[in-house]
Amino acid sequence: MSDTGCQGNGIPDFTSESLLIRGGRVVNDDQSEYADVYVEHGLIKEVGVDLAVPDGVRVLEAKGAMVIPGGIDVNTCLLKPHLGCPPVDDFYLGTKAALAGGTTMIIDHVVPQPGDSLLQAFEHWQGSADRKCCCDYSLHVDLPSWNSRVKDELEVLVQEKGINSFQVYMAYKDMFQMTDSQLYEAFSFLKELGAVVMVHAENGDLVAQEQRKILRMGITGPEGHPLSRPEELESEAVFRAITLGNRVNCPVYITKVMSKTAADTITEARRKGSVVFGEPITASLATDGSQYWSKNWAKAAAFVTSPPLSPDPTTPDHLHTLLACGDLQVVGSAHCAYSTSQKAIGKDNFTLIPEGTNGIEERMAFVWDKAVAMGKMDENQFVAVTSTNAAKIFNLYPRKGRIAVGSDADIVIWDPNRTKTITAKLQQSAAEYNIFEGMECRGGPTAVVTQGRVVYNEGEGLHVQQGSGRFIPRQAFPDHAYQRIRTRNKVKEYRGVSRGMYDGPVHDVSATPKYITPSPSAKTSPTSHQPPPIRNLHQSNFSLSGAQFDDNIPRRSGHRIVAPPGGHSNITSLG
Amino acid sequence: MSYQGKKNIPRLSVGTPRSSGDRLLIKGGKIVNDDQSFYADIYVEDGIIKQIGENLIVPGGGKTVDAYGHIVIPGGIDVNTSLQASQLGMSPADDFYHGTRAALAGGTTMIIDHVVPEPGASLLGAYDQWRDVADQRSCCDYSLHMDITRWHDGLFEELESLVKDKGVNSFLIFMSYKDKFQSSDSQMYEMFSIIRDLGAIAQVHAENGDIIDEEQKRLLELGITGPEGHVLSHPEEVETEAVYRAITIAKQANCPLYITKVMSKSAADVIAKARKKGMVVYGEPITASLGTDGSHYWSKNWATAAAFVMSPPLNPDPSTPDYLSSLLSCGDLQVTASANCTFSTAQKAVGKDNFTLIPEGTNGIEERLAIVWEKTVATGKMDENEFVAVTSTNAAKLFNLYPRKGRIAVGSDADIVIWNPKETQTLSATNHALTVEINIFEGMEVRGAPVVVISQGKIVLEGGKLDVTEGSGRFIPRKAYADYVYKRIKARSRMADARGVPRGNYDGPVHDVISMTKSVPATPTSRVPQCPGKGPLGPARNLHQSGFTLSGMGTQIDDHIPRRSAQRIVAPPGGRSNITSLS
Repeated sequence: MSDTGCQGNGIPDFTSESLLIRGGRVVNDDQSEYADVYVEHGLIKEVGVDLAVPDGVRVLEAKGAMVIPGGIDVNTCLLKPHLGCPPVDDFYLGTKAALAGGTTMIIDHVVPQPGDSLLQAFEHWQGSADRKCCCDYSLHVDLPSWNSRVKDELEVLVQEKGINSFQVYMAYKDMFQMTDSQLYEAFSFLKELGAVVMVHAENGDLVAQEQRKILRMGITGPEGHPLSRPEELESEAVFRAITLGNRVNCPVYITKVMSKTAADTITEARRKGSVVFGEPITASLATDGSQYWSKNWAKAAAFVTSPPLSPDPTTPDHLHTLLACGDLQVVGSAHCAYSTSQKAIGKDNFTLIPEGTNGIEERMAFVWDKAVAMGKMDENQFVAVTSTNAAKIFNLYPRKGRIAVGSDADIVIWDPNRTKTITAKLQQSAAEYNIFEGMECRGGPTAVVTQGRVVYNEGEGLHVQQGSGRFIPRQAFPDHAYQRIRTRNKVKEYRGVSRGMYDGPVHDVSATPKYITPSPSAKTSPTSHQPPPIRNLHQSNFSLSGAQFDDNIPRRSGHRIVAPPGGHSNITSLG
Repeated sequence: MSYQGKKNIPRLSVGTPRSSGDRLLIKGGKIVNDDQSFYADIYVEDGIIKQIGENLIVPGGGKTVDAYGHIVIPGGIDVNTSLQASQLGMSPADDFYHGTRAALAGGTTMIIDHVVPEPGASLLGAYDQWRDVADQRSCCDYSLHMDITRWHDGLFEELESLVKDKGVNSFLIFMSYKDKFQSSDSQMYEMFSIIRDLGAIAQVHAENGDIIDEEQKRLLELGITGPEGHVLSHPEEVETEAVYRAITIAKQANCPLYITKVMSKSAADVIAKARKKGMVVYGEPITASLGTDGSHYWSKNWATAAAFVMSPPLNPDPSTPDYLSSLLSCGDLQVTASANCTFSTAQKAVGKDNFTLIPEGTNGIEERLAIVWEKTVATGKMDENEFVAVTSTNAAKLFNLYPRKGRIAVGSDADIVIWNPKETQTLSATNHALTVEINIFEGMEVRGAPVVVISQGKIVLEGGKLDVTEGSGRFIPRKAYADYVYKRIKARSRMADARGVPRGNYDGPVHDVISMTKSVPATPTSRVPQCPGKGPLGPARNLHQSGFTLSGMGTQIDDHIPRRSAQRIVAPPGGRSNITSLS
């Protein structure tokens, strides 16, 4: 890990700053303790009580507030184009918003178009992010299709480019969607590479059918979006993805858990031992799908994302409960903001509305407000779901996701008592509509430190530096996901039964015409190489009476074969 | 009820000695229907139950059957048999004659067989062929399901004709057998929609064919070629997954769904859960899954192991039969069938070097009633009425044969079984009525056995002796829209209409996507020429504020940070009222 510490853009100026965070309570996912944190060159140098530091070091007074690892948002789309136009929040605005909300690292989705080269798309994304990102970032690569060229590129991405997670789609028919066979192959291949398989889980075939039906009924507004993507289609796909994962023995990560049933499906699978992770997002944790029926087209369209927000208003509460008990593990934002005029591309046809909601900035605060402040979750679990778990699953730990000596100095001072009313005007995102408009939430950062620099401090405001974010490569085979997989590989090997050769009669397939009324004596079909009379042949070979009887109730799988005299003879007559 | 479909074969010509068989008095038994049991005599004439009651006054000359101490139940209905469908060009070892003969021997007086057309072949052609063979060979009444082996739009007329003219109201769709029978989710949705519109029932063979195909390849690569490869390549999960998916699709299409061959605990659980959520879905465990388990796939005897090969496979978990019979008892599963489809060992041996070539199917047509009795009634899970429901009445209701079949009542067909709950029999290939050499229930002891079996008012089994007539079975046509299934579906169709939100047209700015290669049906910019010069063109700034501001929220400022690098704003609208200002 440490050898990657100084990679990036080679801008040492900003990382050389020393900093002391004094008088806070350091909260990791496993424990909380009162301690100071001393930061130098972008790394945490010391954690302890009453640290002695050189003079002239900048001091941040935490005043008893929580000092937590910066949030990691593992699901953003800051460059994913819709019909050619990029989202209004690009890597600069998006990461700026992230930092404002206490998130100090993002993992963005590279979304190549079908037929495009993955490597080129990756480089395009990396180039744009290197120029614009204000915080560290990494990339997932989405697989728009499955073919042999993809395989070669995947190897390069995993082994040379530091990508260890890939998203496959079960929806978007005739575009990104893969068949179950392709998914099986993709899962198998990615498992060999040691990558985490992320799944966009919706049944695309049914979505396409429903969309056609809804449009035929004359429903063209945003309410057609949730109507054509009912909850069942999400949970069905989740169930199928997990089944595939189990068969291949491959870790599966479900992005965007939006409904109660999908979450329950994941929960049940985990109870049965599946290696599966679930990611609810800011939107599904904080609001619901009732706004799709808003009379205001622009407002309704702002909520369009896939899978859609569930119209069931108890969904956020349920998802928080599962997050608190560990059945769901990671909170993403799926931030993908389009302006209203972009959304309006689909004004006459809801299937053309660009999909995506905001949430990158509001992510941490809503988890705090709805889970910790409600008493569902403690502060340590809060750190786990907003930062540490993600770092572990995607192999960033302990460089990210922990306040410990040697870790990156991505640190947030969190004030549980702050309250804020969300409004588009005051949020960083460029989108006109904020789907959380008017919601009040408790908890928020009073200071944000990324790469050892203070980018936000209450009173001083937000000071980000475009292009200062570094690409963080991630190694394959993250322990958190793959340790169990490796063991299962060894334990779960298939073994055949060692039998002698079957040497009874074999029905002659090629000679039998189709559709012939079978004669009752079909069982006696002779094979050419067996001279004895038909009836005798059967009786001697199959020994209906004797062999059958002792074969049934006491099942002797380990029965020892007593070979008939003459060595390798007729296996079918053995008991 | 109109009793259509009686065959033209004059029944009396069968022989004069049998004329007394046309009148029958069953005395002293306890009649057991699915709803109640009572002591009464039954008088049967011309194949129909004429009277039920005590001290019946009946014409003389008929035969009297003594049923003292026994129960008198409606003959079993086996809704899943394959007595004619060939695999790899091989016909099953037990055809309509041997199969129905065995059915009668076990107390089943009606079967519904699966018509399996070759993919791409005419459904009607296959139907005619099945009718031909069954009319000549069947010893008991029968009906037919149609399997849809390859879906294309052109099949619609054939489906319609089958439902409206041919008396078929159930269709089986395959989710497995990749590149052969398998249908995609889209196709299933289309078929379900059509099946619902026709008032039929969708049956599903639920296994994920894609996964099975991959697993088969993998196992063969590993060098596993024996029958154990079959169960390893068809794990429980792929059955469960497909059941779940089928239910999801059926729910979207609002189509009643019938899962054939429920073989595992988790698949049964999925059905039970869906029913609790209100789905119209039915599950059918079969004789094999209720009577035995999948441990035999590892038998050292290849022939024994191969005899168990069927899809979905028997589950290696030995607690499966017990679990399924519990769900059957509480009503979460509804129908028992046999999925009888037997192949001789020589036929099975076609796959001796490759388990994927082993023809699939097990016996069970004869043992069904006895095994259900043994596993549920004899163990106290179920009472005799529920026994009648799961072996006969429920099937008759689902497939619209009720009350002609599945009930002992005046006017119903005289398909009657006198059942002795106390008799014990040992199942074995040596004494079963089928021709296949191996019985998968070999050596199993079961309580309960038929003493007398009456089919179409004639005694076919008495005193352990079978007396069947080849070709005496009639085709029983089944009407669409079975009440038991469709009452709810109809009500839901009326309820489920989705409604749009009445809004004015969006008339704010629209991002320009004209340069894109993707086809966009409604080009947003096309609005420009439509409303040129109508109304005053306000400055862009004003337009925005009036266009986006939410009166209700008050705080949504549309363009707080001007960052619209890549968008072209289309000119403001003239005539229409501004819908975006509604809250």
